[in-house]
Amino acid sequence: MIWRARTKFGTLGRERTVRKEEERRRGMFTRRAAVLGGLQFGAFAFLGWRLHRLQIEEGARYATLAEENRVSARLFAPPRGRILDRAGRVVAGNRLNWRALLVAEQAVDVGATLATFSKIVPLADHEKARIERDIRRSRRFVPVIIREFLTWEEMARIEVNAPDLPGVTVDMGTTRIYPETEHLAHIVGYVAAPAESDADEDPLLRLPGIRVGRAGIERHHDRILRGRGGTVQVEVNALGRVIRELDRREGIPGQDVQISVDAELQRAIRGRIQEGTTAVLLDARNGEVLAMATKPSFDPNIFSAGVSAAQWRQWTSGRSTPLINRATNGLYAPGSTLKMVVGLAALEARVCRPGDIVHCPGHFDFGDTRFHCHNRNGHGGVNMRTAIMVSCDVYFYEMARRMGMDRIAAMANRFGLGVDLDIDLPGTRRGLVPTRAWRIAQGRPWNIGDTIVHGIGQGFYLNTPLSLAVMTARLATGRAVQPHVTRAIGGRPVRGFRAEDWPSLGIPEADMRLMRDAMWGVVNGGGTAGASRLPAIYGQMSGKTGTTQVRRVSREQRERGFNVHALPREWRPHALFVAYAPHDNPIYALSVIVEHGISGSGAAAPLARDILIDAFQRLGPPRPGQRVAEAGR
Amino acid sequence: MIFEKRLLARERGTGVLEKLRQIPWSFVVLLCGVAAVGYVALLSAGGGNPEIYAQKHGIRFGFGLVLMLGIALIDIRIIARFAWAGYAGALVLLVLVLLHGNIGKGAQRWIDLGPFQLQPSELMKIMLVLALTSWFHRASWERVGNPIFLIPPAVAVLVPVVLILRQPNLGTALITAMVGAAVFWAAGMRWWKFAAAAAAAALAAPIAYERLHDYQRARITTFFDPESDPLGAGYNIIQSKIALGSGGLWGKGFLQGTQGHLNFLPEKQTDFIFTMIAEEFGLVGALTTLSLLMLTVAFCFFVAFRCRHQFGRLLAVGLGTNYFLYVFVNVAMVTGAIPVGGVPLPLISHGGSAMLTVMLGFGLLLSAYVHRDAEMGPVRE
Repeated sequence: MIWRARTKFGTLGRERTVRKEEERRRGMFTRRAAVLGGLQFGAFAFLGWRLHRLQIEEGARYATLAEENRVSARLFAPPRGRILDRAGRVVAGNRLNWRALLVAEQAVDVGATLATFSKIVPLADHEKARIERDIRRSRRFVPVIIREFLTWEEMARIEVNAPDLPGVTVDMGTTRIYPETEHLAHIVGYVAAPAESDADEDPLLRLPGIRVGRAGIERHHDRILRGRGGTVQVEVNALGRVIRELDRREGIPGQDVQISVDAELQRAIRGRIQEGTTAVLLDARNGEVLAMATKPSFDPNIFSAGVSAAQWRQWTSGRSTPLINRATNGLYAPGSTLKMVVGLAALEARVCRPGDIVHCPGHFDFGDTRFHCHNRNGHGGVNMRTAIMVSCDVYFYEMARRMGMDRIAAMANRFGLGVDLDIDLPGTRRGLVPTRAWRIAQGRPWNIGDTIVHGIGQGFYLNTPLSLAVMTARLATGRAVQPHVTRAIGGRPVRGFRAEDWPSLGIPEADMRLMRDAMWGVVNGGGTAGASRLPAIYGQMSGKTGTTQVRRVSREQRERGFNVHALPREWRPHALFVAYAPHDNPIYALSVIVEHGISGSGAAAPLARDILIDAFQRLGPPRPGQRVAEAGR
Repeated sequence: MIFEKRLLARERGTGVLEKLRQIPWSFVVLLCGVAAVGYVALLSAGGGNPEIYAQKHGIRFGFGLVLMLGIALIDIRIIARFAWAGYAGALVLLVLVLLHGNIGKGAQRWIDLGPFQLQPSELMKIMLVLALTSWFHRASWERVGNPIFLIPPAVAVLVPVVLILRQPNLGTALITAMVGAAVFWAAGMRWWKFAAAAAAAALAAPIAYERLHDYQRARITTFFDPESDPLGAGYNIIQSKIALGSGGLWGKGFLQGTQGHLNFLPEKQTDFIFTMIAEEFGLVGALTTLSLLMLTVAFCFFVAFRCRHQFGRLLAVGLGTNYFLYVFVNVAMVTGAIPVGGVPLPLISHGGSAMLTVMLGFGLLLSAYVHRDAEMGPVRE
């Protein structure tokens, strides 16, 4: 209004000034607004450039990142292969394991849900503490295990009460079960959670709840039994929750492994033996392990649920070591059971002929040292056959003196002693057959006196019951059979099934026949094990006794009249017996070691006879030419 | 005389119908286009269900449209008369929010008004532009050159900036200061004074950084190296860049954006809505959206050049810069070009406060355009 009033009065000069000022201000504004607009346009151009760079130039990289964000590959474990015995019985299988799971997110009140659950299936305080810890540690939608190994009844009760248990679900997993419990534990082995270091080998081992074989066949064939994990590609959101499944690749299920052991026979043999006794029964023709029994043993099912600290202490401390398989890990001197091998070495070295007579006065003097025969009165004149039959020590002292230690060791190695056996049980020990070089490498001298003692299987020898059984099988067949437990994988037989698969030992047949004849005589010809003949229907057993001292017998004791039965148990000698049967067509080869059994003929030979009877009864009385291996299954 | 004649010739009717005819309907259509982009993006953010975000967005925009057109019809001279009253009101709200505001994300930013939550800092920016415009519009070049004349408007800028910083909301405080600076610049403040102010700000920055909240510092440090803390403060930037980059030229398609729909992208309906658009519609969609937004800003400058009075010019430039800063800060933030700062993309992001205040601002802009030839009083020496 003021402005208008002034113009009315026609103050032209003033108006001009105002107009001029207005024009000047307008020009200034236009320039400045243009600068501002230009800046803003430039900023928009910058944003456009920025978008182009992100979306076009680096688009591929970000697309990959987005895909990595979105897609998560998950593994799932295929069912573990079963282990079957010779007759096809399941000796390691998978049992359904009903588990109760809790998804914290779906439970309105975790505490209340657990309280209700406790009324249905009682939960101990430490279980509740573990569940609450697991819930805290994992995402709200990840199921947490409340209780495993639910019985059918418990499972049913949980299902019935489902409306009162929000967030609780029951799902079905699997757990390993060993129906033969302790009877086959050392052969089949057991499974346990993998160690940290195992996970690099196979990503499957990172899965929760997965188990790997830790011993025996479970360990040896772990990869075959485990199979290959399947993968499922899922779309996940930012929280890791699975939105949908994109792609599924089924894994390869674990294959069944059949072992050559007969579970019933094994159980029968274990019923006969006592603590500290080991028996290994092989198929002499192809090295299949038919039974491998030892006491004490353990229940592998305990490992499936997790071993308690107390249980582990009980297993690992003390003298009896149930986790150790004495058949493959126990080390004993072979004693007189080695005499056939020493005899063959002597024949091969041509230090004697089979008919040469050695006089046994009950002792063998070398220098000023006297080596005793087990028969103090002496055997009189013995040749090789009679020396084996009566187990004359003097004869073999003389043979060892004549040929030296290394020839004995070389022959023992050919019979599977002191060498690595090609057996599919992990942890099997090689044992030891000493040589001069071995002793000298220890920095000790080897005297002829050492050689003489080693002629009767005493001294530094450390051999497993398995290797003695292998020695017997090789004596019986003349072939270099290797022991093995695996019979078939996924239904396909493994190699070494036929006798012809094994090469000959290359020992003259006449020498082998002499040894077999001598072993026949041990049992059937008035030898040391005459009391342990087989019943005639099963044919004849050939064998050799052995008794090994665990403590040196002093001259004083010898003169006083030595009575082993008066010794404390752990000082008594071990009793050994190796045998094969039938004599004319060997099928079974057996070694028996009775710790502190005092005498091979008294303790081990009768047990061997009973075991062979069991074998004939369960695996069939074989007609000539029939294969036991084909009779099973 | 020619001047006077021209004035008389351009004198327009004051009827409502005449004013409605004067409203630039093409601009209204442009705004509807921007809002439609927002509707589609929010539809996607809601997983295709309009009830989650999109419907509310539409209703709010309709309400905002009515508000804008209503204000457009008010004479710009009346608006100018109440400029300082509006500023005072916004200041009172800003103080109120500090005393009684709702706590959102660790900061007091909202006042609850039933259906709407008012964010006074948003309103403040509009009212500040209005107040500064009314201070400067009659000042001559010489007068603007007088430092004493600049002190009151500088205080008018600094008071709300400090209040917003106290909430604390660093991003909005900086934008408020920059909007104020734009009006100072357009009004003719000497460039060397700007240089001096910038130098002072550069010196003050390290001190200010010391006084920042930890989360604000984290934003700045993670801006320089987002990968340093990929699951913490850097997560948002990284995921946003992944979403944008993976969109490519044509995008993954409507509702097909994996980053957004699988929740890797945080706050996809508000601050990161532009990322959502770029992921699902690619560079083409992103640039189209950006172009619409740029046209909106350009229209503000168009109004500024068409106004025959300094009031309208300054108002249009101030409001245009305000809108530009929203867009620039938001898009630069989601592309990882500047630190994350909780600034929405107006008319597209979900949220009523920004939408209402922006539409209020556009109402003022349209009023300036409709009354572009109004007499606002002579220049004062």
